[in-house]
Amino acid sequence: MSNLIDHIGQYTVDGVSKGAIYALVALGYTLVYGVLRLINFAHSEVFMVGTFAVVVTYSLLDVQQYPALVVAIPTALLGLVVAGLASGGVALLVERSAYLPLRRKNAPPLIFLITAIGISLVLIEVFGLVLPRVLGGVLPEIFGRERAASLSVPYLFERRPVVTIAGTTIDTIHVIVLVSAIVMMIGLDVFINRTRYGRGVRAVAQNPQTAALMGVNQDRVIMLIFVLGGVMAGAAALLWTIRIGNTQSAIGFVIGLKAFTAAVLGGIGNLRGALLGGILLGVVEVYAAAVTSSAWEDVFAFIVLVVVLMFRPTGLLGESLGRARA
Amino acid sequence: MRRINLRAVGLAAAALGLVVAAGCQANTNEGGGGEQADYCGKKVGFFGALTGENAAIVIPSRDGAKLAFKEYNEANPDCQLEMVEFDTQGDPDQAATFAQQVVSDQDFLGVIGGAFSGETHGTIPVYQGGGVPMISPSATRVDLSGRPGITVFHRVVGHDGTQSAAIAKFLQDEGATKVFLVDDGSAYGAGLTAELAKRLDEGDPQIPYVTDKIQEEQTIFDATVAKIQAEQPDYIFYGGYPREAAPLFRQIRSAGITAQLLGADGLYDPQLASITEGAAEGAIITCPCLPAEEAAGTFAEDFEAEYGTPPGSYGAEGYDAAKVFIDVISAGASTREEVLAGIKAYDKQGASKHIKFDAGGDVDPSVVVVWSYEVTSDGLEPLKPLGVQ
Repeated sequence: MSNLIDHIGQYTVDGVSKGAIYALVALGYTLVYGVLRLINFAHSEVFMVGTFAVVVTYSLLDVQQYPALVVAIPTALLGLVVAGLASGGVALLVERSAYLPLRRKNAPPLIFLITAIGISLVLIEVFGLVLPRVLGGVLPEIFGRERAASLSVPYLFERRPVVTIAGTTIDTIHVIVLVSAIVMMIGLDVFINRTRYGRGVRAVAQNPQTAALMGVNQDRVIMLIFVLGGVMAGAAALLWTIRIGNTQSAIGFVIGLKAFTAAVLGGIGNLRGALLGGILLGVVEVYAAAVTSSAWEDVFAFIVLVVVLMFRPTGLLGESLGRARA
Repeated sequence: MRRINLRAVGLAAAALGLVVAAGCQANTNEGGGGEQADYCGKKVGFFGALTGENAAIVIPSRDGAKLAFKEYNEANPDCQLEMVEFDTQGDPDQAATFAQQVVSDQDFLGVIGGAFSGETHGTIPVYQGGGVPMISPSATRVDLSGRPGITVFHRVVGHDGTQSAAIAKFLQDEGATKVFLVDDGSAYGAGLTAELAKRLDEGDPQIPYVTDKIQEEQTIFDATVAKIQAEQPDYIFYGGYPREAAPLFRQIRSAGITAQLLGADGLYDPQLASITEGAAEGAIITCPCLPAEEAAGTFAEDFEAEYGTPPGSYGAEGYDAAKVFIDVISAGASTREEVLAGIKAYDKQGASKHIKFDAGGDVDPSVVVVWSYEVTSDGLEPLKPLGVQ
């Protein structure tokens, strides 16, 4: 405990930057739930695909660890574009091929959930088993082993201290992750609240039938939210590779679960809630690990979730994508 | 009435037929051999992680064992012994399933395994129930041997009591001021780290340490790295396997931590430097296994001639475990009880050490030498034997 108190600033900074990544992934869950009342379990694999897109791109370009800044920044931006496209693309593909037919047939919500879990498993195995068999010869470092437990990605940016406040060091990676995440989230917030398309999203979230009467194309809006969620997950994937530096086909499971927890914690359907939930979750995990041990961080994260839901079932900020303000 | 009776009789006959067929299946392996000695055509199982992230530590011992069987079969073409491999991926549940298979097939006279302590722990009761003798080339957890009522378990490798003592002495000799111990909660990792912590407590001078635990298959180690940064140890010891060590070491180094990294035989992977993208370079690994050059007899040359590479971790131990079975069986043991008796009486120089098992199944601790190796981009360089006494 004293360990935590002594270094609370440092642990908080670490937790916030970890939580920012959870928040970005949580946005995908929250957007889809807010409009469709569907928990898109396949979203975690959308994140995983984004990380693989980054790994493959870097491998094809033969990116080295810690390149010069003039190389690192464009490489990171390229990674962002590639991950965003890959994740957004997969999210859209899942929507078009799996959820759209179910929506057309007015399937009950349970069927959507089962399909989502199924898609999640399919994607995990495609990247863990099928692609290694198909591409194993072409890209041996990435797809050489089936269900590889850990694929390393070269770190682009070194961790160097940027500023030290009262014993707490904020380093380059913290800054990059936080700033990027906040920029993306502000971008999404502005999009949802200030643009015509965003208005469409909020309209469909409030009341799909009335929105259709008002001339909002529901189908387009739904495609849009899946793509938006996917792009946010792609950004999270890139930040993940910058910060953690590895991935695997099963990585989506834990991240997805934590991000979903973050979304529920903040208020599912609430964009700002996703941000708050993500950061809070990251901080709680790091504090818990500091006091007990790293193996217990998941336990404490879920305890927090259960406690919050017991006293405030709609989450900290309440559901509100469908409400007037969002 | 008659129709129902016929159907019932038909079903019963089909069921009976299936049972008989299943029973026959289990015994069809009988075929072939048996013309000369009873033991010809018998089998010894090898079980361990042959695929997956942790396979690099096991494959050399499999290859060593295979070499021993190949040498025997070439010298005795009329009476072959077979080694059957079971890939458990180090998973205790998988291993238990294979153990059941082996126990029920009477052609199996013994097993070389398990490679990891977790899977060994899970399967000892199964093999004991079937009377199948076990010789492990690499399972080092202390409490695997010497269990009351267990007669089948043996190992040709020293255990973690010896290894942890050697690591503790190494830390004392190096003048370590603070050690960070992290383990993965597995039977091997947690056991070894707990032993090491005990030795550090008992040591003179006592070395202060801080502990942390991670989970198997964990990939984000923020919390551990933050703890290390807060504690500022000069040595970091990881008890576990490469699957978690690789991302952990990378994250430690990328956070700018320069403490000396230490590992034990679970990390004896020649690719450790490359799977960590250089983060593990300079790390020191201990192992109660010899470098290739130190093995007795022509083992190292024969291994290299057969496989094209020098024997890696526990290659000599795998060879020795196989040799014990081969020597005992070819001396006339054709049942599990006879093999077990032969193993208990075994007393011979092997490639790695003099092999003689005590009542608990261990080799004499005085013949166990723990070596330290340095991780380099070309593999593992032997440094020196770590004396304990």
